[in-house]
Amino acid sequence: MLFIEDLQVELGGKIILDHIDLEIRQGETHVLFGPNGSGKTSLLMTIMGYPQYRILKGKILFKGVDITNSPINERARLGIGMSYQRPPTIHGLKTRQMVDICSRGEAKVEDLAMRVNFQDFLDRDVNAGFSGGEIKRSELLQLLAQDPDLMLFDEPESGVDLENISLVGRTIATLLQRDHEGIPEVSKSKMQLKRERTKMGLIITHTGYILDYVNADKGQVLFDGMLSCVSNPREILTCIGESGYAECVRCIVKN
Amino acid sequence: MYSEELRRKAARVADKKAAIGPDVDLGMFESAPVPHKYLADEELCELPEEEQKHLLMAGLDVTQKDRGGTYFQKDTSVIHCDSRQEGIEVLPIRRALEQKDWVRDYYWKLVAVDTDKYTAAAELNLHDGYVIRSLPGAKSIYPIQACLYLDKDSLQQNVHNIIIAEEDSELHIITGCATSPHLKKGAHVGISEFFVKKNAKLSFTMIHNWAEDMVVRPRSAARVEEGGLFINNYVCMKPVKTLQMYPVTHLVGEGAVARFYSIIVGSPGSEFDVGGRIFLKKPGTRAEIVARTISNGAKIIARGHLIGEVPEIRAHLECKGLILKGGVIHAIPELEGHVEGVEMSHEAAVGKIAQEEISYLMSRGLTADEAASTIVRGFLNVDIPGLPPQLKAEIDKVIEQSDKDMM
Repeated sequence: MLFIEDLQVELGGKIILDHIDLEIRQGETHVLFGPNGSGKTSLLMTIMGYPQYRILKGKILFKGVDITNSPINERARLGIGMSYQRPPTIHGLKTRQMVDICSRGEAKVEDLAMRVNFQDFLDRDVNAGFSGGEIKRSELLQLLAQDPDLMLFDEPESGVDLENISLVGRTIATLLQRDHEGIPEVSKSKMQLKRERTKMGLIITHTGYILDYVNADKGQVLFDGMLSCVSNPREILTCIGESGYAECVRCIVKN
Repeated sequence: MYSEELRRKAARVADKKAAIGPDVDLGMFESAPVPHKYLADEELCELPEEEQKHLLMAGLDVTQKDRGGTYFQKDTSVIHCDSRQEGIEVLPIRRALEQKDWVRDYYWKLVAVDTDKYTAAAELNLHDGYVIRSLPGAKSIYPIQACLYLDKDSLQQNVHNIIIAEEDSELHIITGCATSPHLKKGAHVGISEFFVKKNAKLSFTMIHNWAEDMVVRPRSAARVEEGGLFINNYVCMKPVKTLQMYPVTHLVGEGAVARFYSIIVGSPGSEFDVGGRIFLKKPGTRAEIVARTISNGAKIIARGHLIGEVPEIRAHLECKGLILKGGVIHAIPELEGHVEGVEMSHEAAVGKIAQEEISYLMSRGLTADEAASTIVRGFLNVDIPGLPPQLKAEIDKVIEQSDKDMM
């Protein structure tokens, strides 16, 4: 479980997140909406532990451990992983080696790569000259190898062409143990699957396309550095589409 | 007669300082011949294990497994020299100069004997060196290994090498310079002249494994004819007192290609002044110079100079440095286009390991130190098109080993 309480975060001398409370229970996936610059990526980076995001107030607990001041790698070891929107290129480090690093040498790299159609990129430097869609597939491949319990996705569908969007969507669903959704003939009941689910997700999306593949439990709207509502993600998406973020937040807060 | 002229020219510059790099008082060193016994194949394998390991780090495998031939010089004496491949000749240069007339057609033809006191020393007091030649059409399956080894303290070793890839041939050479583990002080003066004939391919991978008080002054030049390819790799991860070299290559035939790659890790007290200069003299020629330098407290000057003399040439220079633990990295990239229609570019950077990259790797589970070491290893991992995988593996091995020493 991820538990965030009254979090205040500063970046470059400016408060960028304030009064953030967030709870993601075991097996839950949340979707995070919000206009550009509202602090969505900052929230993910803060949870991951990037040191430039200074926590001034509040705390973050993961699996009962206070990780407010833990370095990134300790959080990774505890089971937090992230799919970045614009990860850096690491020259001279092959994608194959990166996948090995993620799995601590335990994954069958080729097999995993096949799942995201990425075999041809294994011998290229990590992220070097990758297109938007290739970056997403590379990030998902790394998460497949890392197999974290809480996954943070920063706009997983941005820059992905139509052909690959379902691949990306389905892979995220697999990662979050939600790939049986919409398949009625699975032997286990929906309740049973839900109970057995352990993986947690927090997904930033602008378009909501990802909801076609991942039936998220909750939606959150981040507006001006504050989390403003918790609701059904589809409802939020419709509301934002119809009346914009500002109106949407006001409406829901009133209710 | 002809030799006398060379000696006269050399004698005139016996005290002439080099154009660049710190001046070295060669009087500090001895250069009298040091006799060593010639070793047969099996005797090579009986060398002390420590020495074998040391040699291996400079690319010389005493078992000669997967090697097409060997030239091994210890101090001033040739202790092993043979070729195991048809069409490839490996000869000590002194013997070659006595017995083979054609060697004179190449000797001091690209490097001027009166360049400076180091070229003079190599002429006036030549110890030995190698001539390696691939005959027309011959393809070297395994690389030829050459090692210039210094064992006697305070010795100044003077060598002259000639490497010829005849038309349509393919020649790969791995050459190491190393010092015995007990040696402290010494000097190495090495002249190398490379001739890559029409449509030939030559790769030359040089690994230096010096001692802390070594003075190193290579002087080399290459000439690449039509359709020829010359790959020149240089790796130095060990301390040296001062090393200065500025090899020059002339691309004289259409479509000739030269690629220079150097990887240098400089430790405290070491001073490097290294670079490459390539003249592009015919349309369709291409040149690439890539340098990766790391300073852990050294002074490193990384030069690169590309000269485009005719249209339709392409040349690129990439010079990247990381300062990890102090020191100075001075990148001097130079581009010189002499006509319309040249395409020349350079990319130079001196910096540190990007925090963003460290964080990225940490989020995949590595500690900060592991992440830094992974990035550094990647930085030194240069893709070298056309280099046989076996030689790439040799380079990787040296980097891997030095990585263990460094971290």
